[in-house]
Amino acid sequence: MSKSFLEVDGLSKVYPDGQGGDLTVFEDIRFALEKGEFVCIIGHSGCGKSTILNVLAGLDEASAGNVVMNGKEIKGPGLERGVVFQNYSLLPWKTTLNNIVFAVKARWPSWSKEKVKEHSERYLKMVGLEHALNRKPSQLSGGMRQRVSIARAFATQPELLLLDEPFGALDALTRGVIQDELVKIWEETRQTVFMITHDVDEAILLSDRIFLMSNGPNARIAESVKVDIPHPRARATIFQNPAYHKTRDYLVDFLVNRSGSALPEKDGTPKIAEPAKGVTQSTPTPAEPETQSESDTAARAVNA
Amino acid sequence: MASLNVRAALLSVSFLILALGLWEMATQPPEAQTGLTEYEMLMGGAEQESRVPPPSAVIKLAWAELSNPFYDAGANDKGIGIQLAYSVYRVLTGYLAAMAIALPIGFLIGMSPLMYKALNPYIQVLRPISPLAWMPLALFIIQDSDASAIFVIFICSIWPMLLNTAFGVANVRQDWVNVARTHELSPIKTALTVILPAAAPTILTGMRISIGIAWLVIVAAEMLVGGTGIGYYVWNEWNNLDLASVIFSILMIGVVGMLLDLALGKAQKLVEYKE
Ligand SMILES: Nc1ncnc2c1ncn2[C@@H]1O[C@H](COP(=O)(O)OP(=O)(O)OP(=O)(O)O)[C@@H](O)[C@H]1O
Ligand SMILES: [Mg+2]
Repeated sequence: MSKSFLEVDGLSKVYPDGQGGDLTVFEDIRFALEKGEFVCIIGHSGCGKSTILNVLAGLDEASAGNVVMNGKEIKGPGLERGVVFQNYSLLPWKTTLNNIVFAVKARWPSWSKEKVKEHSERYLKMVGLEHALNRKPSQLSGGMRQRVSIARAFATQPELLLLDEPFGALDALTRGVIQDELVKIWEETRQTVFMITHDVDEAILLSDRIFLMSNGPNARIAESVKVDIPHPRARATIFQNPAYHKTRDYLVDFLVNRSGSALPEKDGTPKIAEPAKGVTQSTPTPAEPETQSESDTAARAVNA
Repeated sequence: MASLNVRAALLSVSFLILALGLWEMATQPPEAQTGLTEYEMLMGGAEQESRVPPPSAVIKLAWAELSNPFYDAGANDKGIGIQLAYSVYRVLTGYLAAMAIALPIGFLIGMSPLMYKALNPYIQVLRPISPLAWMPLALFIIQDSDASAIFVIFICSIWPMLLNTAFGVANVRQDWVNVARTHELSPIKTALTVILPAAAPTILTGMRISIGIAWLVIVAAEMLVGGTGIGYYVWNEWNNLDLASVIFSILMIGVVGMLLDLALGKAQKLVEYKE
């Protein structure tokens, strides 16, 4: 087996259950990411997604297993991995610009002041915030704050970007706009991204592959679903692709009916699913209204 | 309709006039009466001496003192400015020394639960001790009244700063610490660029409480050690039965205390942030 960019091997997390016993949140998590891939992970609340992401970030420690990136084991947090937290985590006493400058300086300590500033401004421009450089986070809306946070993560050009439900706290309209921006910035930079989401549509729009987690305790990454939709994608037109509906139905079915019992392959790697394999992508036929509304209700139930 | 500020100012001034008016009336010397008894004639002068002076007398004295606050005519006759300067000097010296100790130790306690647990019992025992209770010990060990007064200021201003620093540092949001960690900041850099600004408002609150306490304590301390300073001045004028001077210096203590608090309040504004 050839070495992948990131290899996660046998990860598990055990907490004391408060009654003298152990609670295994997840176990034997195995997966690999290739350079330039965008991978989303979906699973019901509490199955351990954030914990896995924090282990990748080096902010948390697994009870067993290891993570190897570029042939080196991950031992703690590092600049080659950027994190976008759900609650933005901007430093409230710094301006928008200085929140980025601070990160860029940490990444390239030898850069001149001008270069740092110019680089930071470029990334703020990418998320459409060039007019708010000197405002404090408290003077920004939630959507704008999350944009700053995304700009900060991309500006440091990490080899792996970790996003923990970055749009979870945003309203649907704002979320859509920032998703588009994330698509755009990702098409430009092609960074490797590992992202947690609860939103099936968001996952399909953004990812090359989607990991599906079974329910905890003892949660596993049961399946790896390939998203057979070519880049560049756009939120407004992706609905016209029949592969989109096939993939969506598959994901919703998993979350509603199968997440309780699904298991990975015998060797612990996720089962590979290609729900949209062979679907002709050039002829956009509208999906049957009945199936669509059904899966919509289900998806909403999952999102709630 | 006038703005709230204008109306408040008008009301303030009327209260002042009312209070001064009542005070002035209450302290008028009794009218010269025709039929004084022999006893009253004997006592009249003395009674007038021990009367609380009217505000007009205090204002007259204040005017004289404030037009030449820094005169120095020997050990027992110095201007109010010089006396206040002595007190402020002692307060600031003791306060800065306390800061130099309280901030680093507070940081240490806030960062390390181990140090917190180890040092907390001492802090809890030492903190409630009245600062003046240290005075005899300080005088005995230091053998210098001026330095002893400064030590008392040091010991009374250290606690609020120490505890607030520890509390502020311990309660910095984990998210911000994680930001520092994911950006690989060194411990020193994390302390200076993330923890210090995050905890600064809490630290400044402690510093503001400390300066208030220090100013309260210096008056009492100087009454004990004597020599110079506003506390000594008040006590000295009381011994001279110069009540106008006593009242005037009480007012000056209030004004200087307010200025110190205002300065710290301004500093607090500077480090404040909204989440
Ligand atoms: N300190 C702890 N002690 C015991 N259990 C914990 C602790 N921290 C987390 N857990 C458990 O670990 C599990 C996984 O938590 P995690 O935050 O990773 O879930 P998640 O999949 O991100 O959920 P969500 O989608 O709601 O964010 C949860 O069931 C939680 O109860
Ligand atoms: Mg989570």
